[in-house]
Amino acid sequence: MSAGGRPVLADLEVGQEVARRTITVDRARLVRYAGASGDFNPIHWNERVATAVGLPGVIAHGMWTMGAAVTVVVDWAGDPGAVVDYQTRFTRPVPVPDPGEASVDVVATVGALDAEAGTARIDLMVSVDGSRVLGKAQAVVRLS
Amino acid sequence: MPVDTSFAGRAYPPGDVYVVSREKLREFAEATGATHPAHTDVDAARALGHPDVVAPPTFAVVIAQRTEAQYVDDPAAGIDFGRVVHADERFTHHRPIHAGDRLRTALHVDAVTQRAGLSMVTTRCEIADEDGTPVATVVSTLAVRPEDAA
Repeated sequence: MSAGGRPVLADLEVGQEVARRTITVDRARLVRYAGASGDFNPIHWNERVATAVGLPGVIAHGMWTMGAAVTVVVDWAGDPGAVVDYQTRFTRPVPVPDPGEASVDVVATVGALDAEAGTARIDLMVSVDGSRVLGKAQAVVRLS
Repeated sequence: MPVDTSFAGRAYPPGDVYVVSREKLREFAEATGATHPAHTDVDAARALGHPDVVAPPTFAVVIAQRTEAQYVDDPAAGIDFGRVVHADERFTHHRPIHAGDRLRTALHVDAVTQRAGLSMVTTRCEIADEDGTPVATVVSTLAVRPEDAA
C-alpha cells in the first residue's frame, strides 16, 4: 500500500527491511566529493599524506559515506524532504584502493515507529567487507 | 599545543548569507550518488510540494563546515587537523533546504572534553533563514588524538 508510490506509516513494522543497495566508491568519486563539499583534507585524495598519518591509504570522507548511505532512504521514502533527522557515528575508515574501488553495503530496516509524530526511524547497517563502518546510523522519516 | 578546553560554551554570531543554488545542489547530489529527481528537477520537486529543488539530507554539511572553520582553524583553539578524526554527525531539519534559500548560521562550541589524552570537540551550527526562522541544526564531534600518538 502506498500513496503515489510512497510508503505509508501504518503499513510498516519494526524490524522490516525496506531497502538495500551496494554503492561503489573510487578515488575519482572522492575528488568529486571534495569539490562538492569543500572538504579538501588530503587524506581523502593523497596516498602519501594518508599513510604519513598512519592510515592504510586514502580513505573516503566519513561524510561521503553518510551522504551516500542515506540515498537509499530518500529513494524509498520518495521525497528528500521527508528525512527530518539523520545521525551517525564514524566507527571505521573506508579505504579506497587505486586502481579499483570499495563497495559499501547498505541495508535499511525499520528501527522504530512513532504514529503520533508521523515518523519512522530507519536504521542503516552500513558495512564494507562485512565490517560496519557507520554506527548508530539512523534516519527519521516523516510519512503519511 | 593542546586543545584549549576554555573554548567550550563559546558562541559565534551568524556570518555572511549563504545562497543555496540549484547547481551546487546538483553537484553535491551527483557526488553522493543522490539520484532522486527532486534534487535536480524543479518540476519533480514542485510535484512533491517544494518551492524549488531540494537539498540532499547531508547537504547542510557544506554550510556547517564553513561555519565551523571559524573555530577549528583558529590557532588558539589548538586543533591540529593532522590529528583529527570525525567522530559523529547529526542533522536535524526543521524544514528542507531548497535552492534559492538565503541562510545564516550561528556556531556554538557545545563541549570540549579530554579523556586519556584524547580531546572531543562538539560544535553545533544553527542554520536559519535571514529572518531568523530555524532551518537546520548540525551537530558534529571531532576527536583529536594526543600529540605523542601516531
